[in-house]
Amino acid sequence: MSETNYLTADFTLRSWFLTTDHKRIAILYFASLIVFFFIGGAAATAIRIELATPQADLVSSDIYNRLFTMHGIIMVWFFLIPSIPNTLGNFIVPLMIGARDLAFPRLNLMSWYIFMLGGCTTLFAIFAGGVDTGWTFYTPFSTLYSNSYVIVAAAGVFIAGFSSILTGLNFIVTIHRLRAPGLTWYRLPLFLWSLYATSVILVLATPVLAITLLLMATERFFGVGIFDPRIGGDPLLFQHLFWFYSHPAVYIMILPGMGVINELISCFSRKQVFGYKFVAWCSLAIAAVGFLVWGHHMFVSGQSLIASLVFSFMSFIVAVPSAIKVFNWTATLHKGSIHFDAPMLYALAFIGLFTIGGLTGLFLACLAFDVHATDTYFVVAHFHYIMVGGMVTAYFGGLHYWWPKITGRLYSEYWARTAAVLIFFGFNLTFFPQFILGAEGMPRRYHVYPPEFQLWNVLSSGGAVILAAAYLMPVFYLGYSAFFGRRAPANPWDAPGLEWQTSSPPPEFNFTVQPVVTRDPYQYNEAFEAEPQNA
Amino acid sequence: MWRQWIPFWHPGLSPHSGDVDLLFTGLLIASALVVGLLFFLLTLFCARYRAGNQTDRDHRVKKSWHWEVSWTAASFVCFLGLFVWGATVYFQIYRTQADEHDIFIVAKQWMWKTQHPGGQAEIDALHIPVKRPIRLVMASQDVIHSFFIPALRLKHDVVPGRYQDLEIEIDKPGHYHLFCAEYCGTDHSGMIGEIVAMDPADFSNWLTQQAPSSPLASEGGQLFRELGCSGCHGGGGTIRAPPLEGVYGKPVPLSDGTTVIADDKYIRDSILMPRSQVVASYQPLMPSFEGKVSEDQLLRLVIYIKSLAGHPT
Repeated sequence: MSETNYLTADFTLRSWFLTTDHKRIAILYFASLIVFFFIGGAAATAIRIELATPQADLVSSDIYNRLFTMHGIIMVWFFLIPSIPNTLGNFIVPLMIGARDLAFPRLNLMSWYIFMLGGCTTLFAIFAGGVDTGWTFYTPFSTLYSNSYVIVAAAGVFIAGFSSILTGLNFIVTIHRLRAPGLTWYRLPLFLWSLYATSVILVLATPVLAITLLLMATERFFGVGIFDPRIGGDPLLFQHLFWFYSHPAVYIMILPGMGVINELISCFSRKQVFGYKFVAWCSLAIAAVGFLVWGHHMFVSGQSLIASLVFSFMSFIVAVPSAIKVFNWTATLHKGSIHFDAPMLYALAFIGLFTIGGLTGLFLACLAFDVHATDTYFVVAHFHYIMVGGMVTAYFGGLHYWWPKITGRLYSEYWARTAAVLIFFGFNLTFFPQFILGAEGMPRRYHVYPPEFQLWNVLSSGGAVILAAAYLMPVFYLGYSAFFGRRAPANPWDAPGLEWQTSSPPPEFNFTVQPVVTRDPYQYNEAFEAEPQNA
Repeated sequence: MWRQWIPFWHPGLSPHSGDVDLLFTGLLIASALVVGLLFFLLTLFCARYRAGNQTDRDHRVKKSWHWEVSWTAASFVCFLGLFVWGATVYFQIYRTQADEHDIFIVAKQWMWKTQHPGGQAEIDALHIPVKRPIRLVMASQDVIHSFFIPALRLKHDVVPGRYQDLEIEIDKPGHYHLFCAEYCGTDHSGMIGEIVAMDPADFSNWLTQQAPSSPLASEGGQLFRELGCSGCHGGGGTIRAPPLEGVYGKPVPLSDGTTVIADDKYIRDSILMPRSQVVASYQPLMPSFEGKVSEDQLLRLVIYIKSLAGHPT
């Protein structure tokens, strides 16, 4: 390790905060996201502790409402949406395509500053007095009735949206323009296909959110009557606009996770992903059809029954490509040579949890059942299986997989596996009981609840404690390894991807010689035989 | 009974809730099959093809397209079946039939105010007779609320600015939860009430025992005079405003050439936004009553005008 790498190139603060190196910007994002994740997680923990008993005992209703709003806003916009794209994506995309950097390095840095400005604005709203509208900002509650920092919080989200757009734009241009010689579209790792699909949604959907929040703020300030029925507005218009962004945003949150899972499953079964082209196009199909399903959030709102019919149908259609992916991952395992390293444990957990999340999504797409289950804990359980069981699990899997590349160090495999197993059990104990609560009819966003729901709430709260502890574990063993871990070889997993062909951590400009690609991705057999383990 | 085999799932209490439960069971069985198959394959592959295990790894599947087409088609067909099933029941649930027994519900932060046609008012409670379809006419005074009776597997949002019809029917006497399911502010979780389903005889008794109050229609008639509506609409005068006798439920020709049915929504809109749908051959003279009447008063006016339906024009 005599040569300098991107971490040792310069040690000044200036070299970090004015860097245009995609790897350092990824680290900046990573550090900020940890903070947001634990703020959002602390709110969730407080909520679960409060719900252990039917009465109000820990906080007042006003505080409770602020807690779940803060949890939602922070987790959606300041953790889940930027999580994989802005940390792992930022770091890995140029390495994966054999480029020196993203297409617009300075735009990349600007996007982090915009993100932080948005994040700090929202944090200010939360700590100055909080927001009590729920992360969905439904009108007319948010425009006429809420006495909280609605505008400031919405401004933070509005600002962070520009960061999303810039990142999406950067990825699209990078993947189009900066691929190494020989790296054709069908030789791209599937992580890039899914990030590409994600970026398309980021660029096309985020402006709609900006417009929606702007209209909401205008209404709140000036009472112009866009959403206020008393002066000719329509509260449901807000829901249409909001979900036109926020449903595609669900795919912003899950597609990158699916991308990571392709890399993990393939690497740890030493086998090419089954049905590569199908999986690749499924990502784009999800991105496209995902724009046409927003009305499934409004089956009981009073939208026309015909509209509900169409949105229900489209919601079933959008589930097809997701199902195809699950089948392909399973088929990838067939006749593989499966290693159960920590990243693979996360990947297998993802398949199970995502499948349950996806299937319960079909329950909710099913019109008559949705009438009963919507706005109950069934929905809460469903989207946590996708967002936390799916996306966060994939994030942790990807983080462990690329950790040796990012830090140049190896983590403790024992602790990593323990954490993976604990997260899996803690997660299921937290969220599975919520399906039962929802089926029994417990509405969401309830601070106090009838006592017959207590049993399942206690189980859920118990699971949340385990889950919170399990999420803290990586802070310690990954944190320790970053400074004191064994040095990682360039290619600890014997993987054929370009990011493994350069040293760990990579040099400032990624590759000393321009890599040239001559074969399809995921050629694990050849890699296995050609390169002896050098760990 | 098949329902007892599903844990934590209490039998529904209305004609439709049984259908929803059956649908839920169907979804559960379909999911259990998929999850079972998937977990079986995952376990099998993970065990058989674990690294270091000597087993046959030759003849890997290279051509994948017929697998892809098969499971795409299979998923699509299953999904289509579930879609049709869910949609069919949905249309039955939300179908409302004209029924004489209307009950009026005003939702506001954070209570349910229910009113029977005879004037009996309740807060956070609703008494109804069993085995009889009841049409609820719901309005919200402030934000969006959602009327949710878990035992009936039934909910509907109550959006301010519009009336929402919902038909309910309960087969068995008893006390059932009424929840607000749409987040509505500080005391959202306190906006809960009780549905009391009674035998028809008990229900009639209950109605007569309530504090005597005048029927909603006559209160509406009084408002009609106090607010000055009767100056133009009343007394058989047809010069400035159309007469309202016999209008309810009938088609009304409008000045723009279209026709609307004079239902609750149209009457409400005509009081609040009189110039948006003007009756043919009349001038748009009527002032808006927006902000001058509460949802409770609006309901009474609508009921009063409805009570004029039987009168000849």
